Amino acid sequence: MGSDPSAAADGCLLEVINVSKAFPGVMALENVSLRLKCGTVHAVVGENGAGKSTLMNIIAGLHAPDRGELRLRGRPLRLRSPREALESGIAMIHQELNLMPSMSVAENIWIGREPVNACGVISHRELHRRTRQLLGSLSIDIDPQAPLRSLSIAYRQMVEIAKAISYDSQLLIMDEPTSALTERDAERLFAIILGLKAQGKGILYISHRIEELFSVADEISVLRDGRHVGTDTPANLTRERIIRMMVGRELAQIVPAAPARAGAVRLAVRELTLEPHFRDVSFELHAGEILGIAGLVGSGRSKLAEALFGVSPAGSGRILIEGSEVRIGSPAAAIGRGLAFLTEDRRESGCFLTLSVLENLAVAVLGRDFVRLGFVRGRALTRACEAMSRLLAVRTPDQHERIENLSGGNQQKVLIGRWLLTSPRTLILDEPTRGIDVGAKAEIYQLIARLVERGAAVLMISSELPEILAMSHRIMVMHEGRITGILPRAQADQVRIMNLAAQ
Amino acid sequence: MPEAVPDTSVEARRGRRWRRLPPEVSILMVLVGLALSFELLGWIFVKQSFLFNEQRLIVMILQVSVIGIIAVGVTQVIIAGGIDLSSGSVVALTAMVAASLAQSSDAVRPVYPTLTDLPVVVPVAAGLAVGALAGLVNGALIARTSIPPFIATLGVMVSARGVARWYTRGQPVSMLTDSFAAIGSAAVPVLIFLGTALLFHLALRYTRYGKFTYAIGANPQAARVSGIRVGPHLVLVYTIAGTLSGLAGVVTAARAVSGQAGMGMMYELDAIAAAVIGGASLSGGIGRITGTVIGTLILGVVTSGFTFLRIDAYYQEIVKGAIIVAAVIADQYRQRSRARAA
Repeated sequence: MGSDPSAAADGCLLEVINVSKAFPGVMALENVSLRLKCGTVHAVVGENGAGKSTLMNIIAGLHAPDRGELRLRGRPLRLRSPREALESGIAMIHQELNLMPSMSVAENIWIGREPVNACGVISHRELHRRTRQLLGSLSIDIDPQAPLRSLSIAYRQMVEIAKAISYDSQLLIMDEPTSALTERDAERLFAIILGLKAQGKGILYISHRIEELFSVADEISVLRDGRHVGTDTPANLTRERIIRMMVGRELAQIVPAAPARAGAVRLAVRELTLEPHFRDVSFELHAGEILGIAGLVGSGRSKLAEALFGVSPAGSGRILIEGSEVRIGSPAAAIGRGLAFLTEDRRESGCFLTLSVLENLAVAVLGRDFVRLGFVRGRALTRACEAMSRLLAVRTPDQHERIENLSGGNQQKVLIGRWLLTSPRTLILDEPTRGIDVGAKAEIYQLIARLVERGAAVLMISSELPEILAMSHRIMVMHEGRITGILPRAQADQVRIMNLAAQ
Repeated sequence: MPEAVPDTSVEARRGRRWRRLPPEVSILMVLVGLALSFELLGWIFVKQSFLFNEQRLIVMILQVSVIGIIAVGVTQVIIAGGIDLSSGSVVALTAMVAASLAQSSDAVRPVYPTLTDLPVVVPVAAGLAVGALAGLVNGALIARTSIPPFIATLGVMVSARGVARWYTRGQPVSMLTDSFAAIGSAAVPVLIFLGTALLFHLALRYTRYGKFTYAIGANPQAARVSGIRVGPHLVLVYTIAGTLSGLAGVVTAARAVSGQAGMGMMYELDAIAAAVIGGASLSGGIGRITGTVIGTLILGVVTSGFTFLRIDAYYQEIVKGAIIVAAVIADQYRQRSRARAA
């Protein structure tokens, strides 16, 4: 598939002009501008957190921009809801499909807009006729009456696209449409996209798979840290240039870990496998070492961490802690072995939102300490928690404040404190600085560095390459469940890591 | 989320002090308000005092003490993020079992002709054990399979009632020993209720059991990652709730000096209502025994107050329903304004 921008140069469908959007603590978008022409695919790429999703959400009416404006066919566009976006001809196809598995393809597409006869009863014949026509125009070969749950992910996505088109949408936003597709299904999707282009629709296309952009996109824009870095045609770009544009930044605030001399092997993993998430994972983690794990979302990094901590125990392989083989079947067992695990999702599996800072701090250590005959030694526990929260400089009115009222950075400090109270010797940190502001990030980096200096071993998963590069002694890169390389810090750079992560 | 920097302005401090008041205060005010309204209405309509009548107060608490005992267990289940619909049926089953072992030798048709005039500890222990067993089944179903607590305890609710009927083929069990009947006489049920409430109030506040129960209810996934063995703990919580239903069954049989398979109808809903009025959140992680005790007393005041004013039982139920809903709305409103203030 070649790109032919000249044929599409007739009209500008959407203009994004100097749009800015701030969320508490983060500048998500800063003066971003973008032009999408009719009948073209405009790809938007960037690292996690670069602002792609925020931009798409603004165009789809989910968020309002703080500054700047949108223009649709030259006319200013003010969206107050996704509904209004849809009415203006803008449809978003989400990463998580919003379809009802138990209903048929036709019912899913026309839900809320079913053709009815004079008595208000749905006319199924008309419904199916319309669906066949719609699917035919997109060359999608699906039975309108098939229940959605009988379709593969790829076909469900096509139904979602057909649904978007059924609203007479002129602009389609596709958020990582190929992330769950096999190569053949992706080819099929590209064919449909080609058909949409021929109908004059404009498509905004987000993807982490840089290769496919060269076959599907007419223009590529790169975002980094909420800013627009550049836009060009695929012909003028290479994979390496795109990656450099995506990652080319220095995070000045990072406090690099003291290059401690690695000690004895603390944790050794041999051929660990948990289908279908990762297989044959082997590596060693030393005392006084930070081993960074890089990889794209879905590379199996987080599942590996969960397996090591017994949250979802591995299917096969061996784990050795300080030389002796252990079986870790539950988090309780892992804690008993001196492990600690800061999970990726603070709200989902970290915080007890309805409980106080104190109770959130205490929960892990109560399994081992501060309890006599079942009774909590309240005063000693409170003292220990207060000391911990002072050490980590947790900003809270007092220890009895509900944790849900703290900022993300302070919640994260409490969760780290929860583990430090158990005096762990090996820490697994999954995205330790996700969604927190720069100041809190720097504090957490310093904290990790201090722990390592005192001989802790740290396994740190992060999607932020500069963070991994600055903090880690060695960097392990994963791709589709396998280790594709372990680089010493001296030999690692962002381009190299991205090459290993997205082979 | 805004940075939670300590705000030292006078208004913020006053706001915080207000929020620091125990959450029971508002529900306690509702109880006092209701009692005072009945007092006032009493002087207007029946020319009597509602509150200054020792006998009425004892009867009032006596009537709800069985619900209260169940509610103490149900509160723990709700805090752990679950629900227990089986309590009422377990009351019937355990009342039958306890009564069958508490018959005196002059019973006309004893269930176990050779087992009459047993020491009182036997029927009590049997009732508690059967209750614990029912709770164990609840807990095991919930922890071992992935069926929701609502369904698991619904199943046990239906089955336990069936077992209670099958046990004597529907025959009531009567002619119980005096020592057994003593459990239900005078203010003994009230003491059992308050004793149970105190015990589990302390357990929830000061023991690891309590801390883990709140943690599991607040976020089961985080609880597991924090090293709590969620499954076994839930089994324990449901077993405790079952045992307390068993205790309620024993008290019920002793009060009625008989065991009947129809006992305890809808008690589970009253117990849940008491917990919810007392501030327990059905989404888990929130609730206190003190609140539940107040919630139980509110149910008692409403029942006794309406009887006192000689108003039809129909209106009683209508008002009870309204109070349950109003309590939850008020609580949500309070939670939201609390979150805003922070």
